[in-house]
Amino acid sequence: MSAAPASRPRVAVFKLASCDGCQVVFLNLEERLLALAGRVEIAHFLEASSQVQPGPYDVSFVEGSVTSARDVERLLAIRRSSRVLVTIGACATAGGIQALRNWADVEEMARAVYPRPEWIEALSTSTPIAEHVKVDFEISGCPIDGAELVQFVTQLLAGATPRLAEHDVCLDCKRLGRVCVVVTRGLPCLGPVTRSGCGALCPSMRRDCYGCFGPCAGAEPRALAHRYRTMGIPPDELARRFRGITGALGPFRETADGLGPDAHHPR
Amino acid sequence: MNPYTIHPARIVERRPDAQHIFTFRMRFVDPEVQSAYRFQPGQFNMLYVFGVGEVPISISSDPADLDGFDHTVRIVGRVTGLLDHAERGDVLGLRGPYGSPWPLDAIAGNDVVVVTGGLGCAPVTGAIEYMIRRRASYGRLTIVHGVKTPKDLLYRERFDRWKRTPDTRVLLTVDQPDKTWHYHVGVPLDLFDAIELDPARTAVLMCGPEIMMKLAIRRLVAAGIAPEAIYLSLERNMRCGVGHCGHCQLGGKFVCKDGPILPYPAVRRWFGAAGF
Amino acid sequence: MPTRFLDRSLLAALVEALLRRGRTVYGPVSADGAIGFDEIHDVTELACALRDVQEPGRYRIEADPGGATFGVANGPSGLKRLFLAPSESVLAVARGVGTFHVEDRAAQPEPIAVLGARPCDLAALAIQDRVLLGGRYPEPRYGARRRDAFLVAVNCTRAASTCFCASLGDGPEVTAPHDVALTELATGFVAHASSARGRVLLDELGAREASAAEQAEERAALARCAYDQCRSLEPAGLADALYANLDHPRWDEVAERCVACGNCTMVCPTCFCQTTSDHLSLDGERAERTRSWDSCFTPDHGYVHGKNYRPHTREKYRQWLTHKLAGWVEQFGRSGCVGCGRCITWCPAAIDLTEEAAALRVAPRDA
Repeated sequence: MSAAPASRPRVAVFKLASCDGCQVVFLNLEERLLALAGRVEIAHFLEASSQVQPGPYDVSFVEGSVTSARDVERLLAIRRSSRVLVTIGACATAGGIQALRNWADVEEMARAVYPRPEWIEALSTSTPIAEHVKVDFEISGCPIDGAELVQFVTQLLAGATPRLAEHDVCLDCKRLGRVCVVVTRGLPCLGPVTRSGCGALCPSMRRDCYGCFGPCAGAEPRALAHRYRTMGIPPDELARRFRGITGALGPFRETADGLGPDAHHPR
Repeated sequence: MNPYTIHPARIVERRPDAQHIFTFRMRFVDPEVQSAYRFQPGQFNMLYVFGVGEVPISISSDPADLDGFDHTVRIVGRVTGLLDHAERGDVLGLRGPYGSPWPLDAIAGNDVVVVTGGLGCAPVTGAIEYMIRRRASYGRLTIVHGVKTPKDLLYRERFDRWKRTPDTRVLLTVDQPDKTWHYHVGVPLDLFDAIELDPARTAVLMCGPEIMMKLAIRRLVAAGIAPEAIYLSLERNMRCGVGHCGHCQLGGKFVCKDGPILPYPAVRRWFGAAGF
Repeated sequence: MPTRFLDRSLLAALVEALLRRGRTVYGPVSADGAIGFDEIHDVTELACALRDVQEPGRYRIEADPGGATFGVANGPSGLKRLFLAPSESVLAVARGVGTFHVEDRAAQPEPIAVLGARPCDLAALAIQDRVLLGGRYPEPRYGARRRDAFLVAVNCTRAASTCFCASLGDGPEVTAPHDVALTELATGFVAHASSARGRVLLDELGAREASAAEQAEERAALARCAYDQCRSLEPAGLADALYANLDHPRWDEVAERCVACGNCTMVCPTCFCQTTSDHLSLDGERAERTRSWDSCFTPDHGYVHGKNYRPHTREKYRQWLTHKLAGWVEQFGRSGCVGCGRCITWCPAAIDLTEEAAALRVAPRDA
């Protein structure tokens, strides 16, 4: 097996509806980004350079969710010009915080916020990329983790199928020696059902996880919600927790929706 | 000694066996490591692809061959996917051998029936070669091997050679035949009627899909073979190879160090139970 | 050697004596609402005059009216992390010309001493010794840290509600190997040495002989602690009963409550499952292999050649419980449980292992 292909793979980074935070993770790699740039050709990355090369691309990273008809068209074009399509971050993989609109009336919100709401063209939902096109890999997080991104790329360059963490935050918490905030403080931490990748950032700060990496493989959010209800956490508070940053994803969405009529409308 | 230490080993030959199946002839880069390396049929090595990961692969060559050793690999996962692109001259990491061997001394003097399915023939080939070379030490040797389609049959040349050995029968069968196939059609179990069994002096070596092994065991025990005379080569998630990581457990057994070869009664309790 | 007695003031001297031996000393320290073993530099850093309130899924620390030095039964982490590192590099490999170069990552541990190890912790350590050092391939990093560790046990005179060591014979008085064992009384510590270097330490401290009254008080305190334990696990016959009940409806029932997070296995002082992960440097020229604590609840644990043998929580929970309470007996000659109760307290779903085991050992038709 040779170390790297003779020609450098062409990489693109795109964004749809998002805050740019995951693209900033690329930029924050600093020297590591420069080292990566030696092994790949960064052909399209507007956040870093206005010099863009046309496709096709070997690997495209897509940040952001689909919130407008135009997003769908752009996404189809990106998919057509990409050999491997990788979604990055909670918006792209789960619909993001803006998926809160999925439980609300978008037109009403537009009227409340904008002086000329008729100028706003938006779909009534925010949806993950995978609901629209085939996605090859999903890197979770809000934002994604730089070290996970680097390992993803190096594994891809080695010709291997990158292995992304599938386990829950609790494992990282315990490896790091953090004290559980559920057991010692009664907080409704989502760590037991949330994908690792953040390095147990919130529990390390003595606060509860709010699930920004989305459900882990084999997660049991329904059982967790049941337990938190018996601990006296109100259903609307729990529903808001599950409907946070990755709430549009099946397991979290169904758990929140199952918390009963009290939990139906986010405040 | 660090049980995780690997030794660089070079691919000296790559033979395609069947669809998505290759045999790699390997030799340690360090001649001293190679000359000190010994294994017994049924044992496995951990194969390491630089920076990507490890997989347990049984050793399929003759243990008397000290010049190198063979690994037959099916391309299914993340690490074996990369081995698909490995070529002659490439270097892999290797540690081993690990696990229990086939009980070739204990079963000497007996008739031996080998029952394998799919790639299950790989962990047994070393044992067959061993018995063929010591043909007089064993009774009748019957090799029953089943694959899905004729394309999946590997070691054709070996099966042909074994068939020509005295007092040795080779029974091959496929699920889905094509025009080239002139052996049996069906599952290995269908061939059992054709085997003359002397239950009191027969040992069975078995490797293949668990459902095949389960059905075959039932049939053999019904025919009077003692469960203790049935040896299985088991496959689990051997990760460390040395009984520390816990991934390969089957009930009370570590398949990596207690197995992969175990007499059937040792695992009867959990064998075929979903979740074990 | 006769039983000794350490006046309270001598505990500081004990810590100093251990430090004087060039050892890093670990003891129970209060942090973030729990106690855990951490490095101490003098006796005042110990979690004094505190006690724990434990129940399934709940742990609180409160003031101990008795002012005991070792008033807290235990915390989320036993001794495991001191010896079996939660995560460590085990191998580094670099590409060379036509081959690669392998560099072992051997442990070069500093000598340590542990003060305040509980009987259950030490029983667990003895079990991990069998797992990691007892076979053909001893784990060198664990072995290096373990070999020379100086262990000062503290017998338990107060049980948390989740403790059940007495039913397994692993406490409240220490049974596993150690150097010195202390039993805390109101006036000081009854001290027993069980190794030559333990005796040297007690001599060095000038510990006087314990009086008959002090020894009687110790016996009474230990007996009371065993009596106070409200949970129990009967190991006899349990392995066979669990294996006979692999299709018990209770497995489905507990799977409804279990969140499959793996915390029970992480806090368990005997659980040893590990995983490895490989990393490449950015230039692709160097690789590293890391070994970390793993859990039978992870999706990766039951993976075999393209298939997951344990996709559902029911099977994961069954793997954990049958391995701990049954498989272990066959593998290492005893139950994998020492009755520390951590899996009960630190389960965010408040599942009680003793309750599940009791339900599962009864055949469903009799239940």
